[in-house]
Amino acid sequence: MSPAEEAQIKQSARNGWLLSLPAIVVLTIAASGPLLIILLYSFLEGGTHGNVVWSFSTEGWSSILWTKDIFTDSYVWADAHLAIFWRSVKLSLMTTLITFVVGFPTAWFIATRPPKARAFWLFLITIPFWTNLLIRTYAINEVIRVEGVLNLALMQLGIIAEPLRLIYTDTAIFIGMAYVYLPLMVLPLFAAIDRFDMRLLEASYDLYASRWHILRKVILPIVKPGIIAGSILVFVPSLGAYVTPRVLGGGKQMMIGNLIELQFGQGKNWPLGAALSLTLLLIVTVALLYYVRVANGEKKHG
Amino acid sequence: MTERNAIEARNVVKAFGQGDSAVRALDDVSVEIREGEFFTLLGPSGCGKTTLLRLIAGFEMPTEGVILLDGQDITYLPPNRRPVNTVFQSYALFPHLTVAQNIAFGLEMQGKPAAEVRARTDEMLALVKLETMANRKTSQLSGGQQQRVALARALAPQPKVLLLDEPLSALDLKLRQAMQIELKRLQVETGITFVFVTHDQEEALTMSDRIGVMSNGKLQQVGTAKEIYTRPKNRFVASFIGETNFLTAEAEGGKVRLGSGDVVNFDAPAKGTVTLTVRPEQLRLGPADEAGAIAATISNLVYFGTDTHVHLELADKTELVARVQSPATGDAGFERGGKVGLRFAPGALQIVGD
Ligand SMILES: Nc1ncnc2c1ncn2[C@@H]1O[C@H](COP(=O)(O)OP(=O)(O)O)[C@@H](O)[C@H]1O
Ligand SMILES: [Mg+2]
Repeated sequence: MSPAEEAQIKQSARNGWLLSLPAIVVLTIAASGPLLIILLYSFLEGGTHGNVVWSFSTEGWSSILWTKDIFTDSYVWADAHLAIFWRSVKLSLMTTLITFVVGFPTAWFIATRPPKARAFWLFLITIPFWTNLLIRTYAINEVIRVEGVLNLALMQLGIIAEPLRLIYTDTAIFIGMAYVYLPLMVLPLFAAIDRFDMRLLEASYDLYASRWHILRKVILPIVKPGIIAGSILVFVPSLGAYVTPRVLGGGKQMMIGNLIELQFGQGKNWPLGAALSLTLLLIVTVALLYYVRVANGEKKHG
Repeated sequence: MTERNAIEARNVVKAFGQGDSAVRALDDVSVEIREGEFFTLLGPSGCGKTTLLRLIAGFEMPTEGVILLDGQDITYLPPNRRPVNTVFQSYALFPHLTVAQNIAFGLEMQGKPAAEVRARTDEMLALVKLETMANRKTSQLSGGQQQRVALARALAPQPKVLLLDEPLSALDLKLRQAMQIELKRLQVETGITFVFVTHDQEEALTMSDRIGVMSNGKLQQVGTAKEIYTRPKNRFVASFIGETNFLTAEAEGGKVRLGSGDVVNFDAPAKGTVTLTVRPEQLRLGPADEAGAIAATISNLVYFGTDTHVHLELADKTELVARVQSPATGDAGFERGGKVGLRFAPGALQIVGD
């Protein structure tokens, strides 16, 4: 290789790096920037009318777990916060589970249709995305509220005498989130099942596997990437859900998202809001690491 | 090999679809496959070979008829309860498992103790010479190696019958020939009944104890390679296995009169018009003026190395092909347009049905 050619290659390598510069700038500004601001705010003192005062304080972080009792001037557990964290994690896990239980047979059904019918079913799955999340959630509200469609129907049919008090409960939030996030589970599952070689079913059946064994030992391990992707796509936004608990939990049954909003709004406690945001990020990260570890670990020993 | 039947199909019919559009993939097939034999189902694509195999495996139920295994009716037994395993054309290996785990799969599903599973898996790995590949993923193997894993996986649970659906068709010629020998060795070593499907007549002739020739959903003839080659039952069998000539003749008690007017001694049981078949290598060519020979004209010569195909035309324009072994000089001494005297080797003429 001549020195000229070498120089040219070096030059084009430099140009390649230059070409990726816009992406790097955007990523830095859009991803790290806000995060750094939040991190900074979480260690400042809160102003009386929101905003922050420029002096260092760990009050934002400590008040996640402890509240100052204004009468005795002592610190007590922030039960309300802990209850909200617990509700968020619990509802998100339940949502992930139910969307998998409902989504798996759905995705299987679609993936085993003839190609034309498949396109039609997939199209149906994506229809909910056409309307705004808020509108869809209000629609659920309309269905499950005390004088809603569900209760009227059940009472008309004589199945229940009194209307079910679903609205503004954890169950209402759960129903809403399951509905909203179901497509996010179905689509990656479909993609994985679509790649699954159906001839393996006959091979397993031929090798003495029962239906349960075929599901457990062949189908689930092979479509696992789809299960992981779907679970992440459902669990992560569930944990940070804001609209659904707001509309269906009625402001009382809060999730982390609502608590954060409260601190930046009415609560006027920006450092706490910032610390809560980072805590949410932390929970998501830990949960994902744990999940991926478990999912892959099973493969090695199974 | 014993005289007991491993598999017996009795009057099996399999129709796909309903009413007028129904396809009769199998049309009244009856066959007995003996314990310990290498049985081949041979026929052109679409004749129903796979369908018969799938009925024996249990993936399909017959429309009519019964299937017996060791004398027991298994017609409606699901595949996971039949001691029958399949080597699939596509191999259908489990992509998430290693070679050893693939082989162990059937044993584990049968609930065999771990020690037995391990021992049997090792035995199988040795049998197909893949000991060094035990912990590889199947996607890291060559086609021939995947084929051997598929074989080991199907043999590991020691099935009464092993079904193989065109297992060699995806391999290139060299590998295919090596695997033919390998398969035959495995069958002899394990003593398991093999039911092998192929559309390749050479493969069928070289490997099988007995062959069942199929066409259009019907079993045309069952017999050893020699029986089928030398005494084909009908036109289809004669032409599908090897190359052959057909002649229309009038049987006249002790002899037949060919279309060309020539009379040949042949002890035909029937009188009237018959179809005769004769293999190209059973034609003898001599001088044109030889007494008792049939006069023929050479219309074409095709040199194949080991032998030469001599295309002949009789007086009535009947066309025949003779296969003549090439002499050391390479020149058989024939030329296009030349006249020769044709004779049939003793016993070479056979009557075939239509
Ligand atoms: N599942 C099915 N549905 C409809 N027709 C089928 C089905 N399976 C096989 N057939 C038909 O049955 C006939 C025999 O097929 P097959 O047994 O696969 O033949 P081979 O294995 O000899 O090539 C073919 O005409 C095929 O189209
Ligand atoms: Mg076939």
